[in-house]
Amino acid sequence: MNFDPRYSNRSFSSVGTRPIRPDGVDKVTGRARYGADFNMAGQLVGRILRSPHAHAVIKKIDTSKAEKLAGVKAVITAKDLPDLTDGDAAMYDILDNCMARKKALYDGHAVAAVAAIDARTARQALKLIEVDYEVLPHVTDVDEAMKHHAPLINDAIFTEGLEEKPVKPSNVTKRTQYGHGDVHQGFAQADFVVERSFKTEQTHQGYIEPHACVASVNPDGTAELWVCTQGHFVYRQHCAQLLGMEASKLRVTSSEIGGGFGGKTHVWAEPVALALSRKAGRPVKLVMTREEVFRASGPTSATSIDVKIGAKKDGTITAAEATLRYSCGPYAGMWAEIGAMTAFACYKLENVKTVGYEVLVNRPKTAAYRAPSAPMAAFAVESAVDELAKEIGMDPVDFRIKNAAQEGTRASYGPVYGPIGIGPTLEAVKNHPHMKAPLGLNQGRGMACGFWFNFGGQTCTDLNIGMDGSVSLAVGTVDVGGSRASLSLVAAEELGIDYSHVKAIVADTSSLGYNDMTDGSRGTFSSSMATISAARNAIKVLRERAAQMWDIGVDDVAWEKGHAVAKGEKHGNLGKLSLKEIAAASGKTGGPIAGHSELVADGAGVSFATHICDIEVDPETGSTRVLRYTVVQDAGKAVHPTYVEGQYQGGAAQGIGWALNEEYIYGKDGRLQNPGFLDYRIPVCSDLPMIDTQILEIPNPNHPYGVRGVGETSIVPPLAAIANAVSNAVGVRMSHIPMSPPRILAALEAEREG
Amino acid sequence: MAGVAVSTTINGDHVEYLCQPDETLLEVLRDRLGLTGAKEGCGTGDCGACSVIVDNRLVCSCLVLGAEAEGRQIETIEGMAHGDQLHPLQQKFLEHAALQCGICTPGFLIAAKDLLAKNPSPTEEEIRFGLAGNLCRCTGYDKIVRAVQDAANVMKGA
Ligand code: FES
Ligand code: FES
Repeated sequence: MNFDPRYSNRSFSSVGTRPIRPDGVDKVTGRARYGADFNMAGQLVGRILRSPHAHAVIKKIDTSKAEKLAGVKAVITAKDLPDLTDGDAAMYDILDNCMARKKALYDGHAVAAVAAIDARTARQALKLIEVDYEVLPHVTDVDEAMKHHAPLINDAIFTEGLEEKPVKPSNVTKRTQYGHGDVHQGFAQADFVVERSFKTEQTHQGYIEPHACVASVNPDGTAELWVCTQGHFVYRQHCAQLLGMEASKLRVTSSEIGGGFGGKTHVWAEPVALALSRKAGRPVKLVMTREEVFRASGPTSATSIDVKIGAKKDGTITAAEATLRYSCGPYAGMWAEIGAMTAFACYKLENVKTVGYEVLVNRPKTAAYRAPSAPMAAFAVESAVDELAKEIGMDPVDFRIKNAAQEGTRASYGPVYGPIGIGPTLEAVKNHPHMKAPLGLNQGRGMACGFWFNFGGQTCTDLNIGMDGSVSLAVGTVDVGGSRASLSLVAAEELGIDYSHVKAIVADTSSLGYNDMTDGSRGTFSSSMATISAARNAIKVLRERAAQMWDIGVDDVAWEKGHAVAKGEKHGNLGKLSLKEIAAASGKTGGPIAGHSELVADGAGVSFATHICDIEVDPETGSTRVLRYTVVQDAGKAVHPTYVEGQYQGGAAQGIGWALNEEYIYGKDGRLQNPGFLDYRIPVCSDLPMIDTQILEIPNPNHPYGVRGVGETSIVPPLAAIANAVSNAVGVRMSHIPMSPPRILAALEAEREG
Repeated sequence: MAGVAVSTTINGDHVEYLCQPDETLLEVLRDRLGLTGAKEGCGTGDCGACSVIVDNRLVCSCLVLGAEAEGRQIETIEGMAHGDQLHPLQQKFLEHAALQCGICTPGFLIAAKDLLAKNPSPTEEEIRFGLAGNLCRCTGYDKIVRAVQDAANVMKGA
């Protein structure tokens, strides 16, 4: 029987409840093992030498002195990671980022690494490595990098996506375009047009756990890797390819993960740790310092965005256009493209055009950060939408409701929407008491909408029923925020047993088939689908076994509330068999009982949110305070509502930090000036109010329970909601994020000087 | 470099170790004693993930030298529960889902325990300022504050 993923309305007994998570006790007692909490016999300490230059040719590396230092067991450079990528440009970029080959492309780029008997020896060894650099001119600003005289980061890059192939190389790797209709005509019909430019600075995911791994390569060519990652199967593939191993020889175990938010979807130091272990012949533990995390993992793009929107007097948007330039670090990415796809996704538009430019700069490689690229585009668009509403004289919520996308709307990025939540989140916001609460002096209220696609993808899950009737669920999607609890609820729901009898684990790469990353908010969506499928397969076996025990046909056995029930009058005296009874007899009816599932989870179901925020601005200092914050978001179906709320609150808090504080600050020398939590300040407890949440449930038609991804959308609206609130508080449009006190003061002064 | 011999008390147990003079207490706990409950989020005193209590004072163990532990009473997350009986803060963190990834949790629990020892009935604002030395990137702090409020009520009732 093929698995049918379609939604059907039903009542739930486990799904929607709020039990304690299975991995909770380990985490409150300090027993949970994260990336850096694991050790192996004979383990060495690995450390990486990083370029102090933003852009430099590596002329020569002399490692001889370091090699001679007592206690040093291996020193490696790019030579020890030969290019096995076989023309795969994306893999080559990953390799080059792990260990610079010809040029150092950013401050912090890895150039060599050591493994030594302890941390102190490793640090000393790094100092003994001599690198001869030829420093080149650099560029770190996205707009500067697009200018024709800008220093070239990679002279083999000729902009893709232009009508004619350019004759000269540039820092723009690609141009993409989305939309439909005719924006010229649309603007001609408009009574009001708003046109604005915006900038956002680069931010970091800021997970509290630095990247960490233990790599152990054996003399027989097999290897193990213990690592904090959002996707151990993808790490295995990438590491195996870069090191020239067969994937099955490399067993990757994902540790508990101390936050990722997209930043742990790429390999950084793991191939280096494996190469060190291979050379030293011993296990190597490699843990990044916080400074290394900031300088050399993958922050988000810095952006520069122009938006133009036109509307009629009655509030109908007639045309919308945006040009989006996103920094990618030194390697090609598709960040502006995602921005161009998401920018106007909330609206029903007849004429819309977005153009994205991917721009290389001498900064660390851009990585995904929670709904990557969408928050910046939403900041620009939702700021302009607010201003347009003001010009027309309409309430910003009503203006958005009037133009909100609906079921059947053709999205600005192409597809036609099914049932979606943008309208309902706006209606909920309109009626929310927060919108009616009074405001004081220097206080402003802002609201904004956000969209995220959500991903599905390849998923493999095993469900094993023990002889005592308890259930072990092995999933391959890393649990980044409570998904083991949600998936246990789903297994309990489907089998009709109590949550307490299900124990979910994240299996290693040798124990389960391939799984994509936990990214794109796919963890609970796709693994719950796979869990439902696996449970249904197990139920099929349970029914067969019951039929055998009763000696009747399997078609006469149904599964109800955790029991096999014989159907039909002729079996009226057979009673019921519990899962536990069937499991206890399994040794005599055909052996262990299990359900497996391998699938590609399609139709993740787009997600929308609308946020409301109250801000107080001190006009003397430019400092801000978030007074009240409300998140309204569609979850499809909230499997474990407490963890759904947690995703809403966490995304909002990250967005607040991005909007008000956080930014990468580069000096003229191209060096990062604030690679630490003291100067890159993320929100602390005393910076924030309680964050109210309202979960809407508009079922996703492509999931049996209606589940949509919930992890990412919550970071999309805050930048704009806060910018709108600040603008309403001080009467000046803020166009540069973060709205740090100096920027707010400067904007106020500029306004005063007129 | 010669090692320093240290004799101290950790979670009520007498412990002796040798460490280097420049080694932090966090390194000693994690790498020498196998007490990996305290985490290193920054190593510079900015995140609180390494919080422990030394002689009734909340400290970042990444800013304390292992040698400074001589003769002191140290409390770490590993000593917070009594046998299989979780501390009310641990229980309330679980019930309120005050953790997502959980890497900050040991530090928050230790800091909250110290806060409630000094102020058994904190206001929301006192909790927020009392825990401002601990970073959490996942939760937005809402559920952490609620868990601490709830635990404070339970502990007062006890
Ligand atoms: S590791 Fe000690 S404060 Fe961050
Ligand atoms: S729960 Fe992840 S940092 Fe706090």
